Amino acid sequence: MTDDVTIPVDVAPVEIAQQRTTPPSTQRDVVFDIRQLTVTYGATTAISGVDLEIYSNLITAFIGPSGCGKSTFIRSLNRMNDLVSGARVQGEVLYRGQDIYAAGVDPVEVRRRIGMVFQRANPFPKSIYDNVAWGPRVLGMKKNLDDRVEKALTGAALWDEVKDRLKKSALSLSGGQQQRLCIARAIAIEPEVLLLDEPASALDPIATSAIEDLMHQLKNEYTIVIVTHNMQQAARVADLTAFFSLEVTDGNRTGVLVEYAPTDKIFTNPGDTRTEDYVTGRFG
Amino acid sequence: MSAASPAFSLKPSGQLRRRRLVSRLMESIGWLAALLAVGVLFLVIGSVAVRAWPALSWDFLTQPPALFGQPGGGISSAIVGSALIVALATAMAVPFGVLIAIYLTEFASRRVAQPIQLVLDVLNGVPTIVTGIFVYGLLVIGHGQSAYAGAFALAIVMLPLVSRAAQETLRLVPAALREGSLALGVSRWRSVVGVILPTTFGGILTGAVLAVARAAGETAPLLFTCSIFNPAVSTDVSSALPNIPVLIFTYSEQPDQALHEQAWGAALVLIVFVLLASLTAKALLARSRRKLGR
Repeated sequence: MTDDVTIPVDVAPVEIAQQRTTPPSTQRDVVFDIRQLTVTYGATTAISGVDLEIYSNLITAFIGPSGCGKSTFIRSLNRMNDLVSGARVQGEVLYRGQDIYAAGVDPVEVRRRIGMVFQRANPFPKSIYDNVAWGPRVLGMKKNLDDRVEKALTGAALWDEVKDRLKKSALSLSGGQQQRLCIARAIAIEPEVLLLDEPASALDPIATSAIEDLMHQLKNEYTIVIVTHNMQQAARVADLTAFFSLEVTDGNRTGVLVEYAPTDKIFTNPGDTRTEDYVTGRFG
Repeated sequence: MSAASPAFSLKPSGQLRRRRLVSRLMESIGWLAALLAVGVLFLVIGSVAVRAWPALSWDFLTQPPALFGQPGGGISSAIVGSALIVALATAMAVPFGVLIAIYLTEFASRRVAQPIQLVLDVLNGVPTIVTGIFVYGLLVIGHGQSAYAGAFALAIVMLPLVSRAAQETLRLVPAALREGSLALGVSRWRSVVGVILPTTFGGILTGAVLAVARAAGETAPLLFTCSIFNPAVSTDVSSALPNIPVLIFTYSEQPDQALHEQAWGAALVLIVFVLLASLTAKALLARSRRKLGR
Protein backbone atom coordinates (compact mmCIF):
# COMPACT_ATOMS: atom_id res chain seq x y z
CA MET A 1 0.00 0.00 0.00
CA THR A 2 2.88 2.36 -0.71
CA ASP A 3 0.67 4.48 -2.97
CA ASP A 4 -1.55 5.16 0.03
CA VAL A 5 1.36 6.64 1.90
CA THR A 6 2.62 9.05 -0.73
CA ILE A 7 -0.48 11.24 -0.45
CA PRO A 8 -1.92 12.17 2.93
CA VAL A 9 -5.10 10.14 3.07
CA ASP A 10 -7.32 12.75 4.62
CA VAL A 11 -6.64 15.41 1.98
CA ALA A 12 -6.26 13.94 -1.48
CA PRO A 13 -9.45 11.89 -1.88
CA VAL A 14 -11.52 14.81 -0.81
CA GLU A 15 -9.99 17.18 -3.32
CA ILE A 16 -10.33 14.71 -6.15
CA ALA A 17 -13.85 13.77 -5.24
CA GLN A 18 -14.99 17.37 -5.08
CA GLN A 19 -14.14 17.85 -8.73
CA ARG A 20 -16.71 15.34 -9.89
CA THR A 21 -20.41 15.80 -10.38
CA THR A 22 -22.71 12.83 -10.03
CA PRO A 23 -25.96 12.89 -12.01
CA PRO A 24 -29.02 13.51 -9.88
CA SER A 25 -30.76 10.41 -8.69
CA THR A 26 -33.82 10.94 -10.88
CA GLN A 27 -31.83 10.38 -14.07
CA ARG A 28 -30.36 7.10 -12.97
CA ASP A 29 -31.19 3.86 -14.70
CA VAL A 30 -31.19 0.95 -12.26
CA VAL A 31 -29.18 -2.10 -13.40
CA PHE A 32 -28.92 -3.98 -10.12
CA ASP A 33 -31.42 -3.81 -7.32
CA ILE A 34 -30.00 -5.77 -4.41
CA ARG A 35 -32.34 -6.53 -1.54
CA GLN A 36 -31.33 -7.91 1.85
CA LEU A 37 -28.40 -9.84 0.47
CA THR A 38 -26.71 -12.17 2.93
CA VAL A 39 -23.86 -14.47 1.94
CA THR A 40 -22.63 -17.22 4.24
CA TYR A 41 -19.73 -19.63 3.92
CA GLY A 42 -20.63 -22.59 6.08
CA ALA A 43 -21.07 -21.19 9.58
CA THR A 44 -19.53 -17.77 8.93
CA THR A 45 -21.52 -14.88 7.54
CA ALA A 46 -19.45 -12.84 5.09
CA ILE A 47 -21.98 -10.06 4.47
CA SER A 48 -25.36 -9.51 5.96
CA GLY A 49 -28.48 -7.64 4.89
CA VAL A 50 -27.12 -5.48 2.11
CA ASP A 51 -29.57 -3.22 0.24
CA LEU A 52 -28.09 -1.37 -2.69
CA GLU A 53 -28.87 -0.16 -6.22
CA ILE A 54 -26.34 0.02 -9.03
CA TYR A 55 -26.95 2.37 -11.92
CA SER A 56 -26.28 2.18 -15.61
CA ASN A 57 -23.15 3.79 -17.10
CA LEU A 58 -21.82 4.90 -13.76
CA ILE A 59 -18.82 3.64 -11.86
CA THR A 60 -19.75 2.29 -8.47
CA ALA A 61 -16.92 1.61 -6.03
CA PHE A 62 -16.98 -0.63 -2.98
CA ILE A 63 -14.46 0.34 -0.34
CA GLY A 64 -13.80 -0.88 3.17
CA PRO A 65 -11.25 -2.62 5.38
CA SER A 66 -10.00 -6.13 4.51
CA GLY A 67 -12.40 -8.91 5.33
CA CYS A 68 -15.47 -6.67 5.19
CA GLY A 69 -17.03 -8.78 2.46
CA LYS A 70 -16.70 -6.41 -0.47
CA SER A 71 -15.17 -9.08 -2.69
CA THR A 72 -17.83 -11.57 -1.60
CA PHE A 73 -20.44 -8.99 -2.47
CA ILE A 74 -19.15 -8.23 -5.96
CA ARG A 75 -18.77 -11.95 -6.66
CA SER A 76 -22.41 -12.50 -5.76
CA LEU A 77 -23.44 -10.12 -8.57
CA ASN A 78 -22.55 -12.61 -11.31
CA ARG A 79 -22.84 -15.80 -9.30
CA MET A 80 -19.10 -16.42 -9.09
CA ASN A 81 -19.71 -17.43 -5.48
CA ASP A 82 -21.43 -20.53 -6.84
CA LEU A 83 -17.94 -21.89 -7.46
CA VAL A 84 -17.05 -21.70 -3.77
CA SER A 85 -18.24 -24.83 -2.02
CA GLY A 86 -20.34 -24.03 1.02
CA ALA A 87 -21.30 -20.55 -0.13
CA ARG A 88 -24.98 -19.72 0.35
CA VAL A 89 -26.81 -16.64 -0.82
CA GLN A 90 -30.00 -15.30 0.69
CA GLY A 91 -31.98 -12.27 -0.42
CA GLU A 92 -32.47 -11.02 -3.95
CA VAL A 93 -30.16 -9.71 -6.63
CA LEU A 94 -32.42 -8.21 -9.27
CA TYR A 95 -30.61 -7.60 -12.53
CA ARG A 96 -32.84 -5.50 -14.77
CA GLY A 97 -35.74 -6.69 -12.65
CA GLN A 98 -34.93 -10.41 -12.72
CA ASP A 99 -33.58 -12.25 -9.71
CA ILE A 100 -30.34 -13.92 -10.82
CA TYR A 101 -30.70 -16.43 -7.99
CA ALA A 102 -34.23 -17.46 -8.98
CA ALA A 103 -34.90 -21.09 -9.82
CA GLY A 104 -34.19 -21.94 -13.43
CA VAL A 105 -31.64 -19.16 -13.91
CA ASP A 106 -28.46 -20.44 -15.52
CA PRO A 107 -25.36 -18.85 -13.95
CA VAL A 108 -23.60 -19.25 -17.29
CA GLU A 109 -26.18 -16.95 -18.88
CA VAL A 110 -25.78 -14.48 -16.01
CA ARG A 111 -22.01 -14.33 -16.41
CA ARG A 112 -22.36 -13.88 -20.14
CA ARG A 113 -24.08 -10.53 -19.45
CA ILE A 114 -22.12 -9.56 -16.38
CA GLY A 115 -18.38 -9.83 -16.98
CA MET A 116 -15.68 -9.90 -14.37
CA VAL A 117 -12.01 -8.98 -14.06
CA PHE A 118 -10.06 -10.35 -11.13
CA GLN A 119 -7.48 -9.10 -8.69
CA ARG A 120 -4.66 -10.96 -10.34
CA ALA A 121 -4.45 -10.97 -14.10
CA ASN A 122 -5.36 -14.46 -15.27
CA PRO A 123 -4.73 -14.65 -19.00
CA PHE A 124 -5.13 -18.09 -20.55
CA PRO A 125 -1.90 -19.78 -21.62
CA LYS A 126 -2.81 -19.03 -25.22
CA SER A 127 -1.82 -16.35 -27.71
CA ILE A 128 -2.88 -12.75 -27.15
CA TYR A 129 -5.34 -13.07 -30.02
CA ASP A 130 -6.83 -16.32 -28.74
CA ASN A 131 -7.24 -14.93 -25.24
CA VAL A 132 -9.64 -12.35 -26.62
CA ALA A 133 -11.14 -14.48 -29.39
CA TRP A 134 -11.83 -17.59 -27.33
CA GLY A 135 -14.90 -16.25 -25.50
CA PRO A 136 -16.67 -14.94 -28.62
CA ARG A 137 -15.76 -18.09 -30.52
CA VAL A 138 -17.20 -20.40 -27.87
CA LEU A 139 -20.30 -18.24 -27.47
CA GLY A 140 -21.00 -18.33 -31.21
CA MET A 141 -20.00 -14.74 -32.03
CA LYS A 142 -17.76 -15.84 -34.86
CA LYS A 143 -18.62 -13.16 -37.40
CA ASN A 144 -15.82 -10.66 -38.04
CA LEU A 145 -13.81 -12.16 -35.23
CA ASP A 146 -10.69 -10.20 -36.19
CA ASP A 147 -12.62 -6.92 -35.98
CA ARG A 148 -14.10 -7.95 -32.66
CA VAL A 149 -10.67 -8.74 -31.24
CA GLU A 150 -9.28 -5.43 -32.49
CA LYS A 151 -12.24 -3.53 -31.06
CA ALA A 152 -11.89 -5.21 -27.67
CA LEU A 153 -8.14 -4.63 -27.53
CA THR A 154 -8.61 -1.02 -28.60
CA GLY A 155 -11.31 -0.66 -25.96
CA ALA A 156 -8.88 -1.93 -23.35
CA ALA A 157 -6.21 0.53 -24.57
CA LEU A 158 -3.91 -2.33 -25.49
CA TRP A 159 -4.20 -2.56 -29.28
CA ASP A 160 -1.23 -0.31 -30.16
CA GLU A 161 1.05 -2.24 -27.84
CA VAL A 162 0.19 -5.72 -29.10
CA LYS A 163 -1.04 -5.37 -32.69
CA ASP A 164 2.29 -6.60 -34.07
CA ARG A 165 2.49 -9.64 -31.84
CA LEU A 166 -1.02 -11.01 -31.59
CA LYS A 167 0.22 -14.57 -32.05
CA LYS A 168 2.68 -14.31 -29.14
CA SER A 169 1.82 -15.90 -25.81
CA ALA A 170 -0.24 -13.74 -23.48
CA LEU A 171 2.13 -14.71 -20.68
CA SER A 172 4.87 -12.67 -22.36
CA LEU A 173 3.01 -9.43 -21.53
CA SER A 174 3.75 -7.30 -18.47
CA GLY A 175 1.43 -7.41 -15.46
CA GLY A 176 -0.40 -4.22 -16.43
CA GLN A 177 -0.76 -5.37 -20.02
CA GLN A 178 -2.04 -8.76 -18.84
CA GLN A 179 -4.69 -7.06 -16.75
CA ARG A 180 -5.78 -4.90 -19.71
CA LEU A 181 -5.84 -8.09 -21.80
CA CYS A 182 -8.23 -9.57 -19.23
CA ILE A 183 -10.39 -6.47 -19.58
CA ALA A 184 -10.28 -6.85 -23.37
CA ARG A 185 -11.25 -10.50 -22.96
CA ALA A 186 -14.18 -9.51 -20.78
CA ILE A 187 -15.49 -6.77 -23.11
CA ALA A 188 -15.02 -8.89 -26.25
CA ILE A 189 -18.27 -10.69 -25.47
CA GLU A 190 -20.07 -7.35 -24.99
CA PRO A 191 -21.43 -7.69 -21.48
CA GLU A 192 -23.56 -4.94 -20.04
CA VAL A 193 -21.81 -4.82 -16.69
CA LEU A 194 -18.13 -5.12 -15.83
CA LEU A 195 -17.26 -6.21 -12.32
CA LEU A 196 -13.70 -5.34 -11.35
CA ASP A 197 -12.41 -7.03 -8.20
CA GLU A 198 -9.39 -4.96 -7.09
CA PRO A 199 -8.13 -4.84 -10.68
CA ALA A 200 -5.09 -2.70 -9.92
CA SER A 201 -3.98 -4.03 -6.57
CA ALA A 202 -1.11 -6.04 -8.06
CA LEU A 203 0.00 -3.30 -10.45
CA ASP A 204 2.54 -0.49 -10.25
CA PRO A 205 1.30 3.15 -10.20
CA ILE A 206 1.76 3.71 -13.94
CA ALA A 207 -0.20 0.59 -14.88
CA THR A 208 -2.79 1.51 -12.25
CA SER A 209 -3.26 4.92 -13.78
CA ALA A 210 -3.69 3.31 -17.22
CA ILE A 211 -6.44 1.08 -15.85
CA GLU A 212 -8.15 4.03 -14.18
CA ASP A 213 -8.09 6.09 -17.40
CA LEU A 214 -9.54 3.08 -19.12
CA MET A 215 -12.42 2.88 -16.67
CA HIS A 216 -13.43 6.45 -17.46
CA GLN A 217 -13.60 5.54 -21.15
CA LEU A 218 -15.41 2.25 -20.59
CA LYS A 219 -18.13 3.81 -18.51
CA ASN A 220 -19.73 5.25 -21.65
CA GLU A 221 -20.53 1.75 -22.82
CA TYR A 222 -20.60 -0.33 -19.67
CA THR A 223 -21.83 -0.20 -16.15
CA ILE A 224 -18.79 -0.62 -13.96
CA VAL A 225 -18.55 -1.91 -10.43
CA ILE A 226 -15.14 -1.86 -8.78
CA VAL A 227 -13.89 -3.20 -5.49
CA THR A 228 -10.84 -1.42 -4.21
CA HIS A 229 -8.92 -1.19 -0.98
CA ASN A 230 -7.39 2.02 -2.24
CA MET A 231 -9.45 5.05 -1.26
CA GLN A 232 -7.70 7.42 -3.64
CA GLN A 233 -8.64 5.09 -6.44
CA ALA A 234 -12.30 5.14 -5.47
CA ALA A 235 -12.17 8.92 -5.20
CA ARG A 236 -10.54 9.22 -8.60
CA VAL A 237 -12.79 6.90 -10.59
CA ALA A 238 -16.11 6.34 -8.90
CA ASP A 239 -19.38 8.23 -9.27
CA LEU A 240 -20.92 6.41 -6.34
CA THR A 241 -19.14 4.81 -3.44
CA ALA A 242 -20.36 2.22 -1.00
CA PHE A 243 -18.50 1.85 2.27
CA PHE A 244 -18.55 -1.60 3.85
CA SER A 245 -17.37 -2.30 7.34
CA LEU A 246 -17.10 -5.09 9.84
CA GLU A 247 -19.59 -5.51 12.59
CA VAL A 248 -18.58 -7.73 15.47
CA THR A 249 -21.37 -9.45 17.36
CA ASP A 250 -20.67 -12.30 19.79
CA GLY A 251 -17.19 -12.65 18.35
CA ASN A 252 -18.54 -13.19 14.80
CA ARG A 253 -17.31 -10.72 12.24
CA THR A 254 -19.85 -9.83 9.61
CA GLY A 255 -19.56 -7.41 6.70
CA VAL A 256 -22.24 -4.77 6.50
CA LEU A 257 -22.97 -1.87 4.19
CA VAL A 258 -22.49 1.29 6.21
CA GLU A 259 -23.06 4.03 3.73
CA TYR A 260 -23.77 4.39 0.03
CA ALA A 261 -23.66 7.82 -1.54
CA PRO A 262 -22.14 9.89 -4.33
CA THR A 263 -18.37 9.68 -4.03
CA ASP A 264 -17.87 13.35 -3.13
CA LYS A 265 -20.31 13.00 -0.27
CA ILE A 266 -18.58 9.91 1.09
CA PHE A 267 -15.24 11.68 1.10
CA THR A 268 -16.29 15.21 2.07
CA ASN A 269 -19.41 14.89 4.14
CA PRO A 270 -19.96 11.30 5.20
CA GLY A 271 -23.21 10.59 6.98
CA ASP A 272 -21.80 7.98 9.32
CA THR A 273 -18.97 8.34 11.79
CA ARG A 274 -17.56 4.94 10.76
CA THR A 275 -17.24 6.16 7.18
CA GLU A 276 -15.61 9.34 8.38
CA ASP A 277 -13.13 7.42 10.52
CA TYR A 278 -12.22 5.23 7.58
CA VAL A 279 -11.86 7.91 4.88
CA THR A 280 -9.87 10.19 7.17
CA GLY A 281 -7.51 7.36 8.02
CA ARG A 282 -8.43 6.93 11.66
CA PHE A 283 -9.44 3.33 11.03
CA GLY A 284 -8.60 0.57 8.57
CA MET B 1 50.88 -10.42 15.95
CA SER B 2 48.42 -11.85 18.33
CA ALA B 3 45.61 -9.55 19.32
CA ALA B 4 44.04 -9.75 22.73
CA SER B 5 41.89 -12.88 22.84
CA PRO B 6 38.27 -11.87 22.03
CA ALA B 7 35.61 -11.91 24.69
CA PHE B 8 33.64 -14.47 22.78
CA SER B 9 34.32 -17.01 20.04
CA LEU B 10 32.41 -17.15 16.75
CA LYS B 11 33.73 -20.62 16.05
CA PRO B 12 31.45 -23.59 16.74
CA SER B 13 31.83 -25.04 20.18
CA GLY B 14 30.12 -27.52 22.48
CA GLN B 15 26.52 -28.23 21.49
CA LEU B 16 26.84 -26.54 18.11
CA ARG B 17 29.88 -28.60 17.20
CA ARG B 18 28.01 -31.81 18.04
CA ARG B 19 25.01 -30.74 16.00
CA ARG B 20 27.19 -29.99 13.04
CA LEU B 21 28.72 -33.44 13.26
CA VAL B 22 25.33 -35.16 13.42
CA SER B 23 24.09 -33.02 10.55
CA ARG B 24 27.06 -33.97 8.39
CA LEU B 25 26.60 -37.64 9.27
CA MET B 26 22.92 -37.63 8.33
CA GLU B 27 23.71 -35.84 5.10
CA SER B 28 26.22 -38.53 4.16
CA ILE B 29 23.72 -41.30 4.93
CA GLY B 30 21.15 -39.62 2.71
CA TRP B 31 23.76 -39.24 0.00
CA LEU B 32 24.63 -42.94 0.25
CA ALA B 33 20.96 -43.93 0.01
CA ALA B 34 20.59 -41.89 -3.16
CA LEU B 35 23.77 -43.43 -4.54
CA LEU B 36 22.39 -46.89 -3.76
CA ALA B 37 19.21 -46.23 -5.77
CA VAL B 38 21.20 -45.02 -8.76
CA GLY B 39 23.64 -47.88 -8.31
CA VAL B 40 20.91 -50.52 -8.35
CA LEU B 41 19.52 -49.12 -11.60
CA PHE B 42 22.92 -49.14 -13.25
CA LEU B 43 23.60 -52.64 -11.95
CA VAL B 44 20.36 -53.95 -13.41
CA ILE B 45 20.87 -52.25 -16.75
CA GLY B 46 24.53 -53.23 -16.83
CA SER B 47 24.04 -56.90 -16.02
CA VAL B 48 21.17 -57.23 -18.48
CA ALA B 49 23.19 -55.46 -21.17
CA VAL B 50 26.24 -57.70 -20.63
CA ARG B 51 24.21 -60.90 -20.83
CA ALA B 52 22.08 -59.65 -23.70
CA TRP B 53 25.08 -58.66 -25.74
CA PRO B 54 25.65 -62.07 -27.51
CA ALA B 55 22.00 -62.21 -28.60
CA LEU B 56 21.80 -58.72 -29.99
CA SER B 57 21.86 -58.28 -33.73
CA TRP B 58 19.76 -56.71 -36.42
CA ASP B 59 18.18 -60.11 -37.10
CA PHE B 60 17.27 -60.43 -33.43
CA LEU B 61 15.04 -57.37 -33.75
CA THR B 62 13.66 -58.07 -37.21
CA GLN B 63 13.28 -61.88 -37.44
CA PRO B 64 10.55 -64.04 -35.94
CA PRO B 65 11.63 -66.88 -33.63
CA ALA B 66 13.36 -69.82 -35.29
CA LEU B 67 11.49 -73.07 -35.67
CA PHE B 68 11.93 -75.54 -32.85
CA GLY B 69 15.45 -76.90 -32.61
CA GLN B 70 16.91 -74.52 -35.19
CA PRO B 71 19.46 -71.83 -34.34
CA GLY B 72 19.00 -68.06 -34.79
CA GLY B 73 15.69 -66.29 -34.95
CA GLY B 74 14.60 -63.10 -33.25
CA ILE B 75 11.81 -61.51 -31.31
CA SER B 76 10.15 -59.38 -34.01
CA SER B 77 6.80 -61.09 -33.50
CA ALA B 78 6.94 -60.36 -29.75
CA ILE B 79 7.82 -56.70 -30.42
CA VAL B 80 4.88 -56.38 -32.83
CA GLY B 81 2.58 -58.22 -30.43
CA SER B 82 3.61 -56.19 -27.39
CA ALA B 83 3.21 -52.95 -29.35
CA LEU B 84 -0.30 -53.97 -30.43
CA ILE B 85 -1.40 -55.13 -26.99
CA VAL B 86 -0.04 -52.04 -25.23
CA ALA B 87 -1.55 -49.76 -27.89
CA LEU B 88 -4.94 -51.40 -27.41
CA ALA B 89 -4.63 -51.15 -23.62
CA THR B 90 -3.66 -47.46 -23.95
CA ALA B 91 -6.64 -46.81 -26.21
CA MET B 92 -8.88 -48.30 -23.52
CA ALA B 93 -7.26 -46.86 -20.39
CA VAL B 94 -6.25 -43.31 -21.36
CA PRO B 95 -9.63 -41.90 -22.45
CA PHE B 96 -11.36 -43.41 -19.43
CA GLY B 97 -8.59 -42.42 -17.04
CA VAL B 98 -8.59 -38.83 -18.25
CA LEU B 99 -12.39 -38.64 -18.14
CA ILE B 100 -12.38 -39.95 -14.57
CA ALA B 101 -9.75 -37.37 -13.60
CA ILE B 102 -11.72 -34.53 -15.21
CA TYR B 103 -14.87 -35.65 -13.49
CA LEU B 104 -13.18 -35.92 -10.09
CA THR B 105 -11.36 -32.58 -10.22
CA GLU B 106 -13.79 -30.41 -12.18
CA PHE B 107 -17.29 -31.70 -11.58
CA ALA B 108 -17.70 -34.09 -8.66
CA SER B 109 -18.47 -32.81 -5.19
CA ARG B 110 -16.06 -33.86 -2.50
CA ARG B 111 -18.57 -36.36 -1.12
CA VAL B 112 -18.65 -38.19 -4.44
CA ALA B 113 -14.99 -37.71 -5.32
CA GLN B 114 -13.51 -39.16 -2.17
CA PRO B 115 -14.97 -42.70 -2.43
CA ILE B 116 -14.13 -42.85 -6.13
CA GLN B 117 -10.61 -41.78 -5.30
CA LEU B 118 -10.40 -44.53 -2.72
CA VAL B 119 -11.61 -47.12 -5.22
CA LEU B 120 -8.96 -46.00 -7.70
CA ASP B 121 -6.26 -46.27 -5.05
CA VAL B 122 -7.42 -49.77 -4.16
CA LEU B 123 -7.50 -50.71 -7.84
CA ASN B 124 -3.94 -49.45 -8.10
CA GLY B 125 -2.98 -51.75 -5.25
CA VAL B 126 -4.62 -54.88 -6.65
CA PRO B 127 -1.86 -57.41 -7.46
CA THR B 128 -1.57 -57.72 -11.21
CA ILE B 129 -1.80 -61.50 -11.02
CA VAL B 130 -5.29 -61.04 -9.54
CA THR B 131 -6.20 -58.73 -12.42
CA GLY B 132 -4.97 -61.45 -14.75
CA ILE B 133 -7.12 -64.12 -13.12
CA PHE B 134 -10.12 -61.80 -13.16
CA VAL B 135 -9.83 -61.16 -16.88
CA TYR B 136 -9.17 -64.87 -17.41
CA GLY B 137 -12.53 -65.63 -15.79
CA LEU B 138 -14.26 -62.78 -17.61
CA LEU B 139 -12.95 -62.99 -21.16
CA VAL B 140 -10.78 -66.07 -21.61
CA ILE B 141 -12.92 -68.93 -20.29
CA GLY B 142 -15.14 -70.02 -23.14
CA HIS B 143 -13.47 -67.73 -25.69
CA GLY B 144 -9.80 -68.62 -25.40
CA GLN B 145 -6.84 -66.32 -25.01
CA SER B 146 -6.58 -63.23 -27.15
CA ALA B 147 -4.59 -60.05 -27.48
CA TYR B 148 -7.57 -57.95 -26.55
CA ALA B 149 -8.11 -59.94 -23.35
CA GLY B 150 -4.47 -59.20 -22.50
CA ALA B 151 -4.94 -55.57 -23.45
CA PHE B 152 -8.01 -55.36 -21.24
CA ALA B 153 -6.05 -56.73 -18.29
CA LEU B 154 -3.27 -54.22 -18.92
CA ALA B 155 -5.84 -51.43 -19.24
CA ILE B 156 -7.09 -52.24 -15.74
CA VAL B 157 -3.51 -51.88 -14.50
CA MET B 158 -3.06 -48.59 -16.37
CA LEU B 159 -6.37 -46.97 -15.51
CA PRO B 160 -5.59 -45.79 -11.95
CA LEU B 161 -2.10 -44.67 -13.00
CA VAL B 162 -3.40 -42.55 -15.86
CA SER B 163 -6.23 -41.17 -13.79
CA ARG B 164 -4.04 -40.27 -10.84
CA ALA B 165 -1.43 -38.55 -13.00
CA ALA B 166 -4.11 -36.59 -14.85
CA GLN B 167 -5.67 -35.52 -11.56
CA GLU B 168 -2.34 -34.28 -10.25
CA THR B 169 -1.90 -32.14 -13.36
CA LEU B 170 -5.45 -30.83 -13.32
CA ARG B 171 -5.01 -29.80 -9.69
CA LEU B 172 -2.02 -27.69 -10.74
CA VAL B 173 -4.28 -25.50 -12.88
CA PRO B 174 -4.72 -22.29 -10.89
CA ALA B 175 -8.28 -21.59 -9.75
CA ALA B 176 -7.92 -18.15 -11.33
CA LEU B 177 -7.79 -19.73 -14.76
CA ARG B 178 -11.05 -21.59 -14.17
CA GLU B 179 -12.70 -18.44 -12.85
CA GLY B 180 -11.39 -16.47 -15.80
CA SER B 181 -13.07 -18.71 -18.32
CA LEU B 182 -16.28 -19.20 -16.33
CA ALA B 183 -16.57 -15.42 -15.88
CA LEU B 184 -16.89 -15.16 -19.66
CA GLY B 185 -20.23 -16.90 -19.48
CA VAL B 186 -18.78 -20.11 -20.85
CA SER B 187 -20.24 -23.40 -19.68
CA ARG B 188 -18.17 -25.64 -17.50
CA TRP B 189 -17.41 -28.33 -20.03
CA ARG B 190 -16.41 -25.73 -22.64
CA SER B 191 -14.00 -24.29 -20.07
CA VAL B 192 -12.55 -27.73 -19.52
CA VAL B 193 -12.18 -28.48 -23.22
CA GLY B 194 -11.06 -25.01 -24.27
CA VAL B 195 -8.83 -23.83 -21.45
CA ILE B 196 -8.06 -26.47 -18.86
CA LEU B 197 -7.28 -29.48 -21.06
CA PRO B 198 -4.99 -27.59 -23.45
CA THR B 199 -3.14 -26.20 -20.43
CA THR B 200 -2.66 -29.63 -18.89
CA PHE B 201 -2.12 -31.59 -22.08
CA GLY B 202 1.59 -32.15 -21.46
CA GLY B 203 1.05 -33.38 -17.92
CA ILE B 204 -1.71 -35.77 -18.91
CA LEU B 205 0.43 -37.12 -21.73
CA THR B 206 3.27 -37.61 -19.24
CA GLY B 207 1.04 -39.77 -17.06
CA ALA B 208 -0.10 -41.75 -20.07
CA VAL B 209 3.46 -42.38 -21.23
CA LEU B 210 4.52 -43.56 -17.77
CA ALA B 211 1.51 -45.88 -17.64
CA VAL B 212 2.46 -47.25 -21.05
CA ALA B 213 5.98 -47.91 -19.80
CA ARG B 214 4.58 -49.74 -16.81
CA ALA B 215 2.12 -51.78 -18.88
CA ALA B 216 4.76 -52.78 -21.43
CA GLY B 217 6.63 -54.70 -18.76
CA GLU B 218 3.67 -56.25 -16.95
CA THR B 219 3.84 -60.05 -17.18
CA ALA B 220 1.29 -61.42 -14.74
CA PRO B 221 -1.85 -60.06 -16.43
CA LEU B 222 -0.68 -61.57 -19.73
CA LEU B 223 0.16 -65.03 -18.37
CA PHE B 224 -3.50 -65.92 -18.11
CA THR B 225 -4.79 -63.97 -21.04
CA CYS B 226 -2.21 -63.93 -23.79
CA SER B 227 0.52 -66.53 -23.27
CA ILE B 228 -0.28 -69.46 -25.57
CA PHE B 229 0.53 -68.14 -28.99
CA ASN B 230 1.83 -68.96 -32.42
CA PRO B 231 5.35 -67.47 -32.52
CA ALA B 232 4.94 -66.09 -36.05
CA VAL B 233 4.37 -62.36 -36.66
CA SER B 234 0.67 -61.67 -36.52
CA THR B 235 -1.60 -58.66 -36.11
CA ASP B 236 -4.76 -60.59 -35.40
CA VAL B 237 -5.81 -59.27 -32.00
CA SER B 238 -8.60 -61.82 -31.62
CA SER B 239 -5.96 -64.50 -31.04
CA ALA B 240 -3.19 -64.52 -28.49
CA LEU B 241 -0.13 -62.64 -29.78
CA PRO B 242 3.48 -63.20 -28.80
CA ASN B 243 4.73 -60.47 -26.47
CA ILE B 244 7.99 -59.53 -24.82
CA PRO B 245 7.23 -60.13 -21.10
CA VAL B 246 5.78 -63.60 -21.63
CA LEU B 247 8.57 -64.41 -24.09
CA ILE B 248 11.18 -63.51 -21.47
CA PHE B 249 9.35 -65.66 -18.94
CA THR B 250 9.00 -68.75 -21.16
CA TYR B 251 12.48 -68.55 -22.73
CA SER B 252 14.12 -68.30 -19.33
CA GLU B 253 12.40 -71.52 -18.33
CA GLN B 254 13.85 -73.38 -21.31
CA PRO B 255 16.99 -75.56 -21.02
CA ASP B 256 18.43 -74.07 -24.24
CA GLN B 257 21.31 -71.67 -23.62
CA ALA B 258 20.56 -69.73 -26.85
CA LEU B 259 17.04 -69.06 -25.65
CA HIS B 260 18.40 -67.76 -22.34
CA GLU B 261 20.49 -65.27 -24.26
CA GLN B 262 17.45 -64.27 -26.27
CA ALA B 263 15.49 -63.75 -23.06
CA TRP B 264 18.22 -61.38 -21.85
CA GLY B 265 18.13 -59.62 -25.20
CA ALA B 266 14.38 -59.17 -24.98
CA ALA B 267 14.79 -57.86 -21.43
CA LEU B 268 17.24 -55.24 -22.67
CA VAL B 269 14.81 -54.20 -25.42
CA LEU B 270 12.12 -53.79 -22.77
CA ILE B 271 14.38 -51.76 -20.45
CA VAL B 272 15.49 -49.48 -23.26
CA PHE B 273 11.87 -48.88 -24.20
CA VAL B 274 10.90 -48.04 -20.62
CA LEU B 275 13.88 -45.71 -20.25
CA LEU B 276 13.04 -43.89 -23.46
CA ALA B 277 9.41 -43.61 -22.40
CA SER B 278 10.41 -42.15 -19.02
CA LEU B 279 12.72 -39.61 -20.64
CA THR B 280 9.95 -38.62 -23.05
CA ALA B 281 7.59 -38.22 -20.12
CA LYS B 282 10.12 -36.02 -18.34
CA ALA B 283 10.50 -33.77 -21.37
CA LEU B 284 6.73 -33.50 -21.80
CA LEU B 285 6.31 -32.60 -18.16
CA ALA B 286 8.91 -29.85 -18.39
CA ARG B 287 7.05 -28.43 -21.37
CA SER B 288 3.76 -28.56 -19.48
CA ARG B 289 5.25 -26.79 -16.44
CA ARG B 290 6.53 -23.98 -18.63
CA LYS B 291 3.05 -23.56 -20.05
CA LEU B 292 1.58 -23.23 -16.58
CA GLY B 293 4.20 -20.63 -15.79
CA ARG B 294 5.73 -22.51 -12.93
